[in-house]
Amino acid sequence: MSLADAFADGPAFVPYLVAGDPDYESSLEYVEALERGGADVIELGLPFSEPIAEGPTIQNAIVRALEGGMTPERYFEFVEDLDVSIPVVCMTYYNLIYRYGDAEGPRPFVQKAAEVGIEGFVVPDLPAEEADPLREACDEFGLDLVFIVAPTTRGDRLDRIMQQVSGYVYVQARLGTTGAKSNVSDQTGSSLDRLSDYDVPKAVGFGISSGEHAERIVRGGADGIIVGSALVDIVAQGYEDGDSAKTTAERLETLARELKSGAVDGVSQRPPHSERT
Amino acid sequence: MSVDGKFGDYGGQYVPEALMPAIEELEDAYERYVLNNEDGFMDEFRARLRDFGGRPTPLQRADRLSERYDREVYLKREDLVHGGAHKLNNALGQVLLAKYMGKDRIIAETGAGQHGTATAMACAHLDMPCEVYMGERDINRQRPNVFRMKLNGSEVNPVTVGRGTLKEAISETMRDWATNVEDTHYVIGSVVGPHPFPSMVRDFQSVISEEARTQAREKMGRLPDAVLACAGGGSNTMGAFAEFVEDDETELYAVEAGGSTLDVDEGAGVAPNSASLTTGSEGVLHGARTRLLQDHDGQIMESHSISSGLDYAGVGPELAHLVDTGRVTAVNVDDDDALTAFHRLSQLEGIIPALESAHAFGYLEEHSEELGEFVVVNLSGRGDKDLESAIEETYERDIDIAPNMDEFTGGL
Repeated sequence: MSLADAFADGPAFVPYLVAGDPDYESSLEYVEALERGGADVIELGLPFSEPIAEGPTIQNAIVRALEGGMTPERYFEFVEDLDVSIPVVCMTYYNLIYRYGDAEGPRPFVQKAAEVGIEGFVVPDLPAEEADPLREACDEFGLDLVFIVAPTTRGDRLDRIMQQVSGYVYVQARLGTTGAKSNVSDQTGSSLDRLSDYDVPKAVGFGISSGEHAERIVRGGADGIIVGSALVDIVAQGYEDGDSAKTTAERLETLARELKSGAVDGVSQRPPHSERT
Repeated sequence: MSVDGKFGDYGGQYVPEALMPAIEELEDAYERYVLNNEDGFMDEFRARLRDFGGRPTPLQRADRLSERYDREVYLKREDLVHGGAHKLNNALGQVLLAKYMGKDRIIAETGAGQHGTATAMACAHLDMPCEVYMGERDINRQRPNVFRMKLNGSEVNPVTVGRGTLKEAISETMRDWATNVEDTHYVIGSVVGPHPFPSMVRDFQSVISEEARTQAREKMGRLPDAVLACAGGGSNTMGAFAEFVEDDETELYAVEAGGSTLDVDEGAGVAPNSASLTTGSEGVLHGARTRLLQDHDGQIMESHSISSGLDYAGVGPELAHLVDTGRVTAVNVDDDDALTAFHRLSQLEGIIPALESAHAFGYLEEHSEELGEFVVVNLSGRGDKDLESAIEETYERDIDIAPNMDEFTGGL
């Protein structure tokens, strides 16, 4: 299934987990639990040692995954081993993409990603200015390249990004790094307004942690919600408490259901004038 | 010189989208105030460097080293800059620039505390609130520097994630910047990071080579045959080299920290050195493409040096480019030879150098005959900050010119 298809039937729920957190086998179960809970796309983190865009929750998940032996090679095996039918988007930092394989540049990584069935990329430290080589490789192998639009992104920058983006655009709900928050930022609405003329699905992330958040974000016009830290928190808690992978997987599935149904409810509550077709 | 932030294939702007508007704003301010002296920015910067910073620093003939090596050896005395190191040149420039830009908060990272203390001094001097991120492990190792920052009114924020050293502190400062980008300027401490930082920090530090070049002509009637500077991130290196790059008669030597060995332990993710120019490979870290210490997969390795100021897994993109083109020669000196040079300079010249700068003198000791008749060594900082580690490290080694260490090591 392509990313476009995943957004075709109502609001998409896009969860994020770090592959291999806290270990390979448990992590496979967690991703599969998210699909059962209603995930439409999975953003699967490939851990990098210097994750400058992440808050503490995901930084710690990355440390756990790296200590558990996750590498780019293992990551590709992980994607092949995953028993899910939803599209997988690889979220990682540019150095791992750049360094992979024998040839210079991102092409070997993208080729391998295409072979194992990855549908697209999100690369938080790669702005549109530096993205041409990766964009070309993605075009060659038919993968999507998702870009992040920040609350500070306006004017020419926004145009430049929207010319390069495919799959969906990741709307960063507030400034800062990733992390669950008890309230969701008001900056989201104005970001969505700025994007309303662009014909690409808009998925909002950064800080969403409950069904109520999801509902509000979708009511405000988002085509999808991206949830990372609130789910990673469950993995961390299970790890620290020594819970079984099954128990943690059930908790993930429960929160996933809440988030997905919040998103679905949000559509029905949209005021008529913002009804999307 | 670069205007687009690329040095060959190196450089660029690999940062989260949330930072890009701030980077563009900084590029604009760099061009207006630094390159074009708008509103007299550079005049004010130079005046403050003189009155607050104590510039110009001397180019001093090292009489006993000159005798020892049978050639003219001169020291560029950056240890005499206010604060005891070249770091103030950059910190003062950036904090002043932030004021011109209308920012009202300063953040900075620091490893050993040299850049943090310089930034804290500049912020007190210019009345700007300042927060410095520092790895928890470094905070415990560098208590006097933490106290210095606090004396100057700065906050020091411990970074606990990862191994708690410089690279984690840089990542954490970037996160703060991404959160508070609208009112905050990030004073990066070296010629690293996204454009325009490498060019801008070089320009603030190039006062070193600008002075040295004029002073060399005054004292020797000609330019030096060689300039030596230690290289970690590369700010004193680029400062000491920048104005000599076009002078073909002057050879430039970047002396890296060879650490305990140049061999790398990939399994443990550790490079027991900081020689990214000598042994590193191309990659992207902290906003720039440059040479890095990284494993086969591209994960960044922990670096090591006896001098914490050189202890970084990356290096400035322009310096990496100058090495690739052959204009700068990258060499390295290991921990043992740097420490021996630390003792030698202290005894022969009455100057206790920073352990960072001692690497350059270690190279001079081994290779003076290849360096020509007139050699300038950039003495980037004084060694008072290193006395605790010098006691420990000397005690562990057999250095014949060192004082008898038994009387200093009762607590070890």
